[in-house]
Amino acid sequence: MAAILEQPVAEPTDELKVRKTTEPRTVIELDHIHKTYTMGDVEVHALRGVSLTIKEGEFVAIMGASGSGKSTTMNIIGCLDRPTRGTYILDGQDVSEMTKDERADVRSQKLGFVFQGFNLLSRTSAMENVELPMLYAGLDTQERHKRASEALTAVGLAGREQNHPNQLSGGQQQRVAIARALVNHPALILADEPTGNLDSRTSIEVMEIFQRLNREQGITLVLVTHETDIAEYAKRVVVFKDGKIKKDSVVEHSRDAAEELRNLPAVEEDDDDDE
Amino acid sequence: MSFLMIVRIAYRALARNKMRAALTMLGVIIGVGSVIAMVSIGQGAQASVQAQISSFGTNLLFVSAGAQNVGGVRSGTGDSGTNTLTEDDLQAIQREVPSVSALSPMINSRSQLVVGNQNWNTSIQGVSEQLPAIRKWTIDSGEFFTDADVRSAARVIVVGQTIVDNLFYGTDPVGQYIRVMELPFRVVGVLGRKGQDAQGRDQDDIAFAPYTTVQKKLLGTTRIQVAYVSAISSDATYTAQLQITDLLRQRHKLSGGQPDDFTVRNMSDVAEAANETNSIMTWLLGSIAGVSLLVGGIGIMNIMLVSVTERTREIGIRMAIGARSSAVRTQFLIESIVLSLTGGIIGIILGIIASLVIPKVLGWPTLVSTAAIVGSVVFSAAVGIFFGYYPARKAAALDPIDALRYE
Repeated sequence: MAAILEQPVAEPTDELKVRKTTEPRTVIELDHIHKTYTMGDVEVHALRGVSLTIKEGEFVAIMGASGSGKSTTMNIIGCLDRPTRGTYILDGQDVSEMTKDERADVRSQKLGFVFQGFNLLSRTSAMENVELPMLYAGLDTQERHKRASEALTAVGLAGREQNHPNQLSGGQQQRVAIARALVNHPALILADEPTGNLDSRTSIEVMEIFQRLNREQGITLVLVTHETDIAEYAKRVVVFKDGKIKKDSVVEHSRDAAEELRNLPAVEEDDDDDE
Repeated sequence: MSFLMIVRIAYRALARNKMRAALTMLGVIIGVGSVIAMVSIGQGAQASVQAQISSFGTNLLFVSAGAQNVGGVRSGTGDSGTNTLTEDDLQAIQREVPSVSALSPMINSRSQLVVGNQNWNTSIQGVSEQLPAIRKWTIDSGEFFTDADVRSAARVIVVGQTIVDNLFYGTDPVGQYIRVMELPFRVVGVLGRKGQDAQGRDQDDIAFAPYTTVQKKLLGTTRIQVAYVSAISSDATYTAQLQITDLLRQRHKLSGGQPDDFTVRNMSDVAEAANETNSIMTWLLGSIAGVSLLVGGIGIMNIMLVSVTERTREIGIRMAIGARSSAVRTQFLIESIVLSLTGGIIGIILGIIASLVIPKVLGWPTLVSTAAIVGSVVFSAAVGIFFGYYPARKAAALDPIDALRYE
């Protein structure tokens, strides 16, 4: 845990130069991003020049206290918000000047979201929840069903397709949300405090899924968290403070969720069936 | 993304809250249902009046004392003290107008008929012996009274089948006596059965007596209010109307500028007046029902507004996973249209059922109007669009970040 904090701060611009020579595609390129909110007469500088580059296949944890700018960064990376200044290139596309509709399309095609509160549609089956992004992307019924089943199987929820959120445990709901984030094959999955509402064992299970998706399918992951032990499952940690990146470091020995799960005492499979 | 997908999304969203969807639709169901039921009652009344009027025969004319101005201000059919139609006038019409084939005064008197210890309230009409020919009555047994009976003001009476059923219990009443206002009337004939008219009124609940008898013995008057006149043919009706008017003006010594002090109407005049009354009634009923449809529409808007607030988080989720504002707007608009249109269709079905049940239960004739059905569908879709647009725009204008954070 302490290992992260001892890592030297890597200068973002330097890192950019270093990585340009290597192969992986750049997924996120934030260049001197500023975000200023006006609240009444007061200007709040949420971000003061953030530059960050994330390559394909990375697993980055964004950390910071509340008010550090991590949520604002997350909103900008997620194309939910626009920077006041600076450029943001997502998967080769400049999204910093895009309109509301264009950003909606980018979210549909290139991004997958996982939230702290799961944010599933209530009274809607797991299957339909997972199908939802594909409905907005305009995929046909057959393709939707196929991909939704695959995604639910990938997160270990085969057989739960017809369950409604209130029939699933918190961990299962979060896995449905991960499946939903996966189905449109996004360039990036953004997870905002995905374990915030989960107990520690379920948190490890969710992190195991993220690690597996990252390792086996090469999915780029950005995880926003304030829990240091959760951040240790990532390969790289970016720490925000006062609207700037305070620290950007590689985690030398990431925690392995799969191994931790094996070492945990076994639990009845179905104990988390209903809440 | 395709329109069809949004329709599917809207349907799924509605299906998630079936109870609320049903209650929301109720307003429109009641609105459309009552529009259709009310309009069909109005149209039914209109149709039955039309049918009745045409059953009178197209060669029938009414002559009445006093002036009547169809659709205008002056109105009155002679019982308001006017005494401008005399027996002499009627005799002159019959004598001098060649296009008139038959004529009968009509003096109505509602009286109690008494036979033994039984009594029955009915309408006794004072007419001449020519009435059966004019109004196409047949005689079942006995005979209609004669010209001599009219001249002598004889106490004779011809009764309809309903009276026979209620006072004589199947025995032949001819030759028996009925007391009317303590005076004995001899039954000379029984009318053939006509059954109910188009409005469900019993046409056989009637008795005829010589008009002279009704005037002198029952009412104590010499006044004649109305007379039925038959023209020799349908084509001659208009000619007869003009000739009667000329004759009466001449007899009443009316100069060029003076208005008629009598009225001659043919059936199309009557039909026109009846139509006017009925269409006013139809519009009145229809617009009262229309108000309830409007209230139903406002109910939809209310629920949609509540729904937008309540589903703020859902809207945020949809936007975060790639729904454009326009898709959200269309979804909410379609939800509202689906609610109002489905409500409209159910309302149409209920309205038609009501139109079929009302004649059986209340005895009112109804006629389901295609125009009312088409109008209701169009109107309920319009209600959906109109009252759904504002909530839909509100939903689309939400910021996904705020919407996701909404508790």
